[in-house]
Amino acid sequence: MSTLKGRVWTFGRDVDTDLIIAARYLNMKTPEELAAHVMEDADPEFASKVRPGDILVGKENFGCGSSREHAPMALKGAGIPVVIAKSFARIFYRNAFNTGLAILVAPEAVDGIREGDQIEVDLASGQIRNLTTGAEYQAEPLPEFMRALVAAGGCCRI
Amino acid sequence: MAMTITEKLLARAAGREAVSPGELIMARVDFCLGNDITAPVAIDEFEKAGFERVFAPDRIALIPDHFTPSKDIKTAGLVKQMREFSRKHGLTHYYDVGRVGVEHALLPELGLVGPGDVVVGADSHTCTYGALGAFATGVGSTDLAGAMATGEVWFRVPESLKFEFTGKPGPYVTGKDLILYTIGQIGVDGALYQAMEFTGPAIEGLSMDSRFSICNMAIEAGGKNGIIAADATTRAYVEGRFRREPFYAYSDREAQYAAHYRWRAEDIPLMVAKPHLPSNTQAAAELCGVRIDQVVIGSCTNGRLEDLRMAAEILRGHKVHKDVRLIVIPATQAVWQKAMEEGLFSVFLDAEAVVSAPTCGPCLGGHMGILAEGERALSTTNRNFVGRMGHPGSEVYLAGPYVAAASAVAGHIATPEQIGARRAA
Repeated sequence: MSTLKGRVWTFGRDVDTDLIIAARYLNMKTPEELAAHVMEDADPEFASKVRPGDILVGKENFGCGSSREHAPMALKGAGIPVVIAKSFARIFYRNAFNTGLAILVAPEAVDGIREGDQIEVDLASGQIRNLTTGAEYQAEPLPEFMRALVAAGGCCRI
Repeated sequence: MAMTITEKLLARAAGREAVSPGELIMARVDFCLGNDITAPVAIDEFEKAGFERVFAPDRIALIPDHFTPSKDIKTAGLVKQMREFSRKHGLTHYYDVGRVGVEHALLPELGLVGPGDVVVGADSHTCTYGALGAFATGVGSTDLAGAMATGEVWFRVPESLKFEFTGKPGPYVTGKDLILYTIGQIGVDGALYQAMEFTGPAIEGLSMDSRFSICNMAIEAGGKNGIIAADATTRAYVEGRFRREPFYAYSDREAQYAAHYRWRAEDIPLMVAKPHLPSNTQAAAELCGVRIDQVVIGSCTNGRLEDLRMAAEILRGHKVHKDVRLIVIPATQAVWQKAMEEGLFSVFLDAEAVVSAPTCGPCLGGHMGILAEGERALSTTNRNFVGRMGHPGSEVYLAGPYVAAASAVAGHIATPEQIGARRAA
């Protein structure tokens, strides 16, 4: 469970929660419904291109903006198990763990990973291997209780 | 040990003598809230986790304000879920259409939050209440579910940043301009995970409404909370309104700050944030000529009585430009009534603006003024992300109520002076 392998989609800095899931879809609240519109205002085709197991890589301040838990729910609903970024906005960071979406802070990995690369992520150790280039990176490891949250699928499922 | 106001309030809520930045604490929550987007998810989580009771039925507010009066069938279902949960658990503070207002205007107005409180809300602009000398921060729905059940939430104690504004703001410069300037200086993650403490003579001279505007947008710099220590203005606002005993805390002189910014208020012009980030700021006067299709005056940032008075001051005797739609949204029923009694609506109607029922509505592209592809709005709200008010190919500029009203008249971004208004500082 703690090792994940997937294809990468890259995004820039300040990916806000409106980009992750636009407010016009917030009259819905299941991961399946929300996943159909994930990242839509950044890339209208994204929901149809993303496959379960794919990994998102962003730059600074990923998830800034609103407190909508629908954002990590939409990403999880699309089958994205982990987001890697240089930094995360505070509320998104809490919400991700609470909903069971793993997130890793790894600035060097972000600089070394390109869209379409295959990468392998070990959540326990924070090791990230770029299988396309062979490069290896170290993320800040997840604290034990946060790994438990992710493994359980969220806070209210422990 | 010297502490900031934020550290003192968190220490008190954790039952500790002192706390330091970086520490993880479990804190007692004085009040918590959710809206029609976040509360339904929190209710789902609350029930999934098997909680049977809320920690205190009078310390939870469920506020359906974002899509209400309900804009579609799905939204009506979300509000129904909130209504039924509130009845089942005997919640004191559920407010439906006719009583509801924009949450961060409504709660202070009703005296539900006040000085010294620790407040968590499943809405990022919960930081607004920091203007009362409270610690208030946004969380997600799951955190709200936990808070509703246990009355507690965990925090990492934030470092504090001090923003000191000296002197006196120039003519027409409001709290909104000071906070847009701040975000422009430090960036949208310039205060990530940190407390933003606003202080100095220029802040002391501001009304409560202007202070709410400032703390409201702390999140737009990534801040965990915005806070302004209580003074005579705060005490006058709270007196006869706040329903619990206020606790007044002040930062110690030797308290530690991660950074100290000091700006002269008179150097700060009327500000506008251009698409697509609140940090993308420029002086309003330099943007004169940028044509607009719609102006929105309202929201938890600028939908209070002072904001409507400012807009009316500029609009009086003018018509909204023929190519512009001006939507005015008083934030609460009480603001609505006072604005009506003061004759502000006559000014808006004479100017050919529309006045809406209280709602967050267009701020988040919910309803009541959605933008088409290629349209441009100037708004007194707090976010101008891609697609924020409608089509991803639309644009939002952010400003305070004076610039919004002047721009509605001009048909392009304009300051009050640029449409002929004159006033001494």
